[in-house]
Amino acid sequence: MSEAGDSIVQFDNVGLRYGTDREVLSDISFTLYPGSFYFLTGASGAGKTSMLKLLYLAQRPTRGAISMFGHDLITQPRKSLPNFRRRIGTVFQDFRLITHLSAFDNVALPLRISGMGETEIQKPVADMLEWVGLSHRSHARPATLSGGEQQRVAIARAVIARPEILVADEPTGNVDPEMAVKLLRLFEALNRLGTTVVVATHDVHLLRKVPDSLIMRLDKGKLSDPTGALRYPPKRDIPRREVQP
Amino acid sequence: MALGPVIRRGSPRFGSSASRMLPQARIAGPMPWVIAIMIALTVMAAGAGLALSNVAANARAEIAGGVTVQVVEGAPSARERQAQRAVTFLTGREDVLSVRRVPDEELSALLEPWLGASISQSEAVPTPVLIDVRLSGPVTSRRLRDLRAELVREVPAARLDAQAGWLAPVFDAIRSLQYLAIGLVVLLALTSIAAVWLAARSALGSNRDTIEVIHHLGGTDGQIARIFQRSIGMDALLGGAAGLALGVGAMFVLGQQFAGLGSGLVAGGALSLLDWLAITAVPLAGVLLAILTARITVTGALRRML
Repeated sequence: MSEAGDSIVQFDNVGLRYGTDREVLSDISFTLYPGSFYFLTGASGAGKTSMLKLLYLAQRPTRGAISMFGHDLITQPRKSLPNFRRRIGTVFQDFRLITHLSAFDNVALPLRISGMGETEIQKPVADMLEWVGLSHRSHARPATLSGGEQQRVAIARAVIARPEILVADEPTGNVDPEMAVKLLRLFEALNRLGTTVVVATHDVHLLRKVPDSLIMRLDKGKLSDPTGALRYPPKRDIPRREVQP
Repeated sequence: MALGPVIRRGSPRFGSSASRMLPQARIAGPMPWVIAIMIALTVMAAGAGLALSNVAANARAEIAGGVTVQVVEGAPSARERQAQRAVTFLTGREDVLSVRRVPDEELSALLEPWLGASISQSEAVPTPVLIDVRLSGPVTSRRLRDLRAELVREVPAARLDAQAGWLAPVFDAIRSLQYLAIGLVVLLALTSIAAVWLAARSALGSNRDTIEVIHHLGGTDGQIARIFQRSIGMDALLGGAAGLALGVGAMFVLGQQFAGLGSGLVAGGALSLLDWLAITAVPLAGVLLAILTARITVTGALRRML
């Protein structure tokens, strides 16, 4: 395995297969530094969602090594994984909102899981809903929200606890271009605070909107990295991570 | 925009929001009613078992050390003479606590249902004299044999039997009923566990998406299990309270009917304060059992996820 250094995530010859099928991901190697912004692209079936599953710890690889936050994930006991997951924000492609909870309660979920009190969560959740333009829908159940509104709730839930890594699967797929740019600006704001962002997308226009971003291109389960820039990226200055009140 | 503070580690509790994590059917769902029926049946079985235990204990205490002497003699004057000699002989012994000759009127009243009033009070059918004797200490077969031999030397027409001997089949039957009640309580507890296990499995299946989301957001097995424990615990509490009310109501009605029999043996089955406390503990045990079963079921299923 290559030198992890200050990297936040490192994949080394990772392979993933489901059951006895052929590998959906093969020989994936890359290093993410804190504060980097990545777009993960590739055709349908290239393995983007599988790669994200490895990143948000929904799957273990069938081979290779993954290091995250300076820890070897392969040897981590199962009971320690929730602490890793709380440091990762995830926007699922199908939103995965809890249908019987309001928008407010869905967004508050990561804070409640982390043990914050009811009085502590009121303001940050209200602020976050206001930021994504849904404060007037805070009591609405997901079934009564439009696709775009559901997506914004899902994004608000993913970023509310200010994760160290944000993993988003097609986060702008159901919103209008104006909201897509607004959401991207939110991701950039988090990125400037030190959050490493990985966004899987088909939208090539989106790639141009974040000038400092890097592109990870998957093709039939293999990561295209002709110059080795993904496996051995140049070290970047780690942005100062500030916690706002 | 204010962003959240640094995430806390470990397995903090959801607090009051845990009750909102799963959709709650409460009394609209079948679970509280299944538990109510189980608890009602368990309360009745436990109540019956405790009442039988009291019947047996009271009867044993009542006849402990008790022997009955019959003076069987056809001629009334000889029967009376031998009865008096038997009373004198028994009263004079140190190991005898009390001697009571059953009055003739009482004996006639006992026989009246079988022989009729006219015959039982006449000498047409000679009836033996009965003497109720209470010995100090337990009546062993050797003690009974020695006493019988001594008594017959003094009173040739005397016959002596231990009261416990007559009631042995009754005690055997009571013991069998007690075992039956214990067996029923155990079977009902097992059925309750199975019902809660099925309910927890069903709740796991129907809330799989919620569980996966909480799991992916960093929820621990303990946090997720507590959500289910809380939900099933509340169902069990509702069901337990309803079941206790049903069971105690049924016991009260049955108790009134048995009390109406006026039988001394049945009266001995009245429940004590301790018995009632034990019966009240049945729904509480049911709640604990439901919570424990839910926890084991849910954590077992969660272990199969990464």
